[in-house]
Amino acid sequence: MKINPWASPLLIGAVALIFCSTLRAKEVQLLNVSYDPTREFYQDYNRAFTKYWKEKTGETVTVRQSHGGSGKQARSVIDGLEADVVTLALAYDIDAIAERGKLLGVKWQTQFPRNSAPYTSTIVFLVRKGNPKGVQDWDDLVKPGVSVITPNPKTSGGARWNYLAAWGFALKKYGNDAQKAKEFVRQLYKNVPVLDSGARGAMTTFAQRGIGDVFISWENEAYLASAELGKDKFEMVVPALSILAEPPVAVVEKVAQRHGTETVAKAYLEYLYSLEGQKIAAKHYYRPREKGAWASSPVSFAELKLFTVEEFGGWQKAHNTHFSDGGIFDQIYKP
Amino acid sequence: MKIQFKKHSVLPGFGITLGFTLLYLSLIVLIPLSGLFFKTSQISWNEFWHIATGERVLYSYKLTFGCSLIAATINMFFGLLVAWVLVRYPFPFKKIVDASIDLPFALPTAVAGIALTDLYSVNGWIGKLLDRAHIQAAFTPLGILIALTFIGLPFVVRVVQPVLQDLDKAEEEAALSLGAGRFSTFFRVILPEIWPAILTGFTLAFARALGEYGSVIFIAGNMPMKTEITTLLIVTKLEQYDYAGATAIAIVMLLVSFALLLTINVLQWWSRSRHTFTTAQELQ
Repeated sequence: MKINPWASPLLIGAVALIFCSTLRAKEVQLLNVSYDPTREFYQDYNRAFTKYWKEKTGETVTVRQSHGGSGKQARSVIDGLEADVVTLALAYDIDAIAERGKLLGVKWQTQFPRNSAPYTSTIVFLVRKGNPKGVQDWDDLVKPGVSVITPNPKTSGGARWNYLAAWGFALKKYGNDAQKAKEFVRQLYKNVPVLDSGARGAMTTFAQRGIGDVFISWENEAYLASAELGKDKFEMVVPALSILAEPPVAVVEKVAQRHGTETVAKAYLEYLYSLEGQKIAAKHYYRPREKGAWASSPVSFAELKLFTVEEFGGWQKAHNTHFSDGGIFDQIYKP
Repeated sequence: MKIQFKKHSVLPGFGITLGFTLLYLSLIVLIPLSGLFFKTSQISWNEFWHIATGERVLYSYKLTFGCSLIAATINMFFGLLVAWVLVRYPFPFKKIVDASIDLPFALPTAVAGIALTDLYSVNGWIGKLLDRAHIQAAFTPLGILIALTFIGLPFVVRVVQPVLQDLDKAEEEAALSLGAGRFSTFFRVILPEIWPAILTGFTLAFARALGEYGSVIFIAGNMPMKTEITTLLIVTKLEQYDYAGATAIAIVMLLVSFALLLTINVLQWWSRSRHTFTTAQELQ
């Protein structure tokens, strides 16, 4: 075997470098395990937090990010991905980390104010330029001839909010008649020609392949998409009533304890609630809790009536009723 | 019958190499697979049966095994054709064509899936033409078939190619000079030689198609009871943290695939022994 003469000096150098960097003065590392569309947001936010933390304590903190589908990320943490903090799309996924992984207390949602959701969003519609099908509200999605794109709520955590938003609308419309709401949702999903497994795939189906008249989407992702794909192609339609999507955050207590990063992990998530953190969230199209930060967003958020997942008795109950095997979502596909 | 082990092999190192092989196989294959059975043993037999024979699950078996079988069959014919052309005829850019056969191996499956969906959806290049003929490819079982055919092609070509290459030209010439027509030369001289390789290629393509996920989910449309493949159902269960349920379906897949592969192997062995038997007879 021929060995590259440069290999061994390089190797020694690399080892020495790794060794030195571990010996260097105080440096803390955090791993933030998050879901897909938060990538740019947390890149910005990490920069701000690192600066803030350096000024406050003199410590240099490096935050690494991991992104993927919310459920997949939660499974990775359960299976041993060393996340100090998680910032996912729905509370159900962090519940799973608490229950199955036993990595944080089941009462994790009280770690931080406002259900541990520092920023929020809602579910809106993206339609093609000029809104040729005249879609204004949830009612229009069940009309024959309107084709709707939304991912499969059983494989996409984010899409569960879409489903629940439609369900909540139907409940209000039919005076809490669950049977009628079920019929409404069945009609809606009859208009769905493709059930992509994730939000990204569904967006491609709608935007790149030109399939469907309406794309049900998180508001922040709809803004991100129109910024990426060209504002002149799509229009956003905000329904009169929708769900308040609350993507939660939490310190993974057991992991942070092991890493000795509890303080900085807690501060990292707390800073999301500061005016600075709220402004960065607004800049990336999330609706911050702090109304004072709304002006920092490049867009103006539409006013609409919002209900929360509490209408369904929380995520555990909503999941068992609607998305578990044999649940209502499965039933509406039974012939 | 007394079973006899050969005491001494001419080659040294039998003990250590066999030991290593067993250890390696256990680490890479057997232990992960037994983990699968271990996970499933957490649920009762009734639950297992209930999960593994659910209506949607049964449908997905039909779809997955059906599409994989058809795709592997298509690949068997056209893979042989491709291998034949590559071995027998010189033509410009042959090296490039030859290399491009391996692309489905190398391409990340998700990339393949997205590219195929782009081509075959209603607004894609091919999809547009198909749409005019009122054929919908993307988001139907036909789309699944296309993806599975794509990923399976190199298996047949790469297995058949070297066998075809090593074929002795003299045999064919002998057949021709003895008055055999082109058809009987192909079917009675060439095909028996390469048939085991074709079967192996078919088996590999079939096995690969059964477990495929990445390229299919984009083009399938994933509609329950229409285009849901089994691997998607496994992922669906995982998404709900139902590990036991996911492994239950996986076990069924594993057992059925194993049985099918075994059958094909037996067939292959049988066809090989029959072939050597008939040639031996003919020689007498």
